[in-house]
Amino acid sequence: MSFEPKIIGILCNWCSYTGADLAGTARMKYPPNVTSVRVMCSGRVDPGFILDAFAHGTDGVLVCGCHPGDCHYVEGNYKCLRRIPLTKVLLQGMGIDPKRLHLEWVSASEGARFQKVITDFTEQIRALGPLQLQERTFDAATAEANGTTGSHATAGQPAAR
Amino acid sequence: MANVTVTIDGQRIEVEEGMYILQAAEQLGIKIPTLCYYPHMAPYAACRICAVEARDNKGWTKIVTACNYPVWDGLHVVTDTPRVLNARRVNLEMLLSRCAKVPVLARLAEEFGITEPRWGQGDDTCIKCGLCVRICDEVVGAHALAFADRGINREISTPFKLESQDCILCGACARYCPTGHIQMTDIEDRILHSELMLGPNAAIRIPFRQAIPNVPRIYGNQCIHMKTGGCMLCAKVCPKECIDFNDRDQIEEIEVGAVVVATGFADFDPTPMKQYGYGKYPNVISALEFEQMNNAASPTSGKIVLEDGSEPRSIAILHCIGSRDENQHKYCSRVCCMYALKFAHLVKEKTSAEVYQLYIDMRAFGKGYEEFYHRILDEGVNVIRGKGAEVVPAQSNRSEEGGLLVCCEDTLIGKYRQIPVDMVVLCTALEARADAADLARKLSISKGADGWFIEAHPKLAPVSTTTDGVFLAGACQGPKDIPDSVAQGSAAACQALRLLSMGEVMLDGAYAVITEELCSGCKICNGLCPYTAISFDETKKVSVVNAALCKACGTCVAACPSGAIQGRHFTDDQIYAQIEGILA
Repeated sequence: MSFEPKIIGILCNWCSYTGADLAGTARMKYPPNVTSVRVMCSGRVDPGFILDAFAHGTDGVLVCGCHPGDCHYVEGNYKCLRRIPLTKVLLQGMGIDPKRLHLEWVSASEGARFQKVITDFTEQIRALGPLQLQERTFDAATAEANGTTGSHATAGQPAAR
Repeated sequence: MANVTVTIDGQRIEVEEGMYILQAAEQLGIKIPTLCYYPHMAPYAACRICAVEARDNKGWTKIVTACNYPVWDGLHVVTDTPRVLNARRVNLEMLLSRCAKVPVLARLAEEFGITEPRWGQGDDTCIKCGLCVRICDEVVGAHALAFADRGINREISTPFKLESQDCILCGACARYCPTGHIQMTDIEDRILHSELMLGPNAAIRIPFRQAIPNVPRIYGNQCIHMKTGGCMLCAKVCPKECIDFNDRDQIEEIEVGAVVVATGFADFDPTPMKQYGYGKYPNVISALEFEQMNNAASPTSGKIVLEDGSEPRSIAILHCIGSRDENQHKYCSRVCCMYALKFAHLVKEKTSAEVYQLYIDMRAFGKGYEEFYHRILDEGVNVIRGKGAEVVPAQSNRSEEGGLLVCCEDTLIGKYRQIPVDMVVLCTALEARADAADLARKLSISKGADGWFIEAHPKLAPVSTTTDGVFLAGACQGPKDIPDSVAQGSAAACQALRLLSMGEVMLDGAYAVITEELCSGCKICNGLCPYTAISFDETKKVSVVNAALCKACGTCVAACPSGAIQGRHFTDDQIYAQIEGILA
């Protein structure tokens, strides 16, 4: 059986969730791998949610908000736009491929676009394969060898799903 | 001022002292001919046509000019004795000797029985009455005209006979010149084509016939008073003293319980689509201009005419200009098909011209619309399925057919066609107003990529917006015809009234709350809130959420470094639990 990724989709209530709704009412087909979590605004997306999702073993996180300029809360999506790249840096530091986190704008009228975003992201995650969380411990010797303090050494053990 | 009694042609009248004979006679309805007189200005007595005979009780008598002779108590005036008529006749004869060709003088000459003036028949048209100079000085206040030279060489001129920098092109001199010596030919042409095809307008006017309120307004950019501080004629003639030059646009703050947004649409400007030659060829006009021409109150009185005033022999109506176009607006403007059909019907009704409709798809979607389409077909309108691709001037060898060629692909017969027509009407797209984004921001409502405001739900809340108490009506929400706009407007009004009649507003249960004990008072959330719902309590040194203003977006919740803020119904715990549940 091929790998079926498990993906968390965090959707804003006004654009993306409504867009997903539209895709549904229009009977558009897209992979069932994304399970959506509704928040009022993409500005509500706490990086903690994303980290928590990865900690619980999701293969990818998709965050969707209103197009720039269209935010129901005027500029919540810009807040999100600032937070996601920072979260990606955090993920990289944790050994998680930043490609597993994706931010996309989907408006309430873009059911077809939602379908495409979901399909593309699912395929992207499928290509990346299952998440391999690695246990990391602080190894002073390696850190010294690398000339940096606080860097992480890899124990090489995949985390249990 | 004291009143005096005067007798004019045997009729006694009591008037104010200092009034001139002419004004007193006017009150009695006695006509005295004038050329250089204009009310609201000091009299000048240049033409001397208004000669009358003044008498007193003791036998004194004198010929005086009625326009500038002030009345006094016991004055007797006669206006029709042979002596008076002779005085007027001689004066008129002298004017005729200089200006024999002027129609107004010729009419007077006929009245006074002058066939041939004794001192020759000059071909000048200026009687040197100076009305223009005085209007320019006293009324307009521009001081752009004056007398030049003296004696028989006296003439009206701008300083040094050069184009005057002081002239404001108001045209008052030309309008009040009794003989037509001053003309505005060049200027008039420019004024005629300034505002669509509406023609010259007074600076004070009722904007259009159905204007609400139906009262005149002053157009500041045209008003002479606004330019020179002079004129004020409208104020002088208004019996109710309604004219207020100091009135200005004001910004008023009004407290309301609901807002209905009905800002409508803007008309797509087809000028950038060079292929249609709008603005280049005078007989390529937009649908709005065609509609205006058809209005009975238009300069053409509702006649369909070409630029040169002749009736067109053929008209092409091009659909979808700027709409259903990958390069402009992708959406359908919805109303164009039907008004284009109406145009065709009007053309058939008013003229004998051939009509060509060039359409992509005929969208006769409403009640009775399809029937109207069939009626148009029966009237002999040529409908061609194919979008008009280009409008070019007709080659000279085909010019007898008309001035323009419309190129298109007739997709039903699969052929490229060139249709010679006299006039092209462009059915331009409806587009969102340029300031829609500003309004959306002001009202915290959303607009789509096309600029139309977005309703809260396409099916279940078609007049509500995502902001409580703000409702949408009409074409600001998307292209819409009149019945749909009326229906939506009624619905929006109903929704607004429902809200008002409730008296109090029920708030959504979702809003942010701050746990005082956890708040460090960092104020990060204060600046983040798009609704300024978060303020800082200086005594407690914590931030406070105003639940009535909070819209529960949660931006502050995600930003709070100490986790003191929770969004009700979307708490961290709830979302973490959801994620856990999904991944379990």
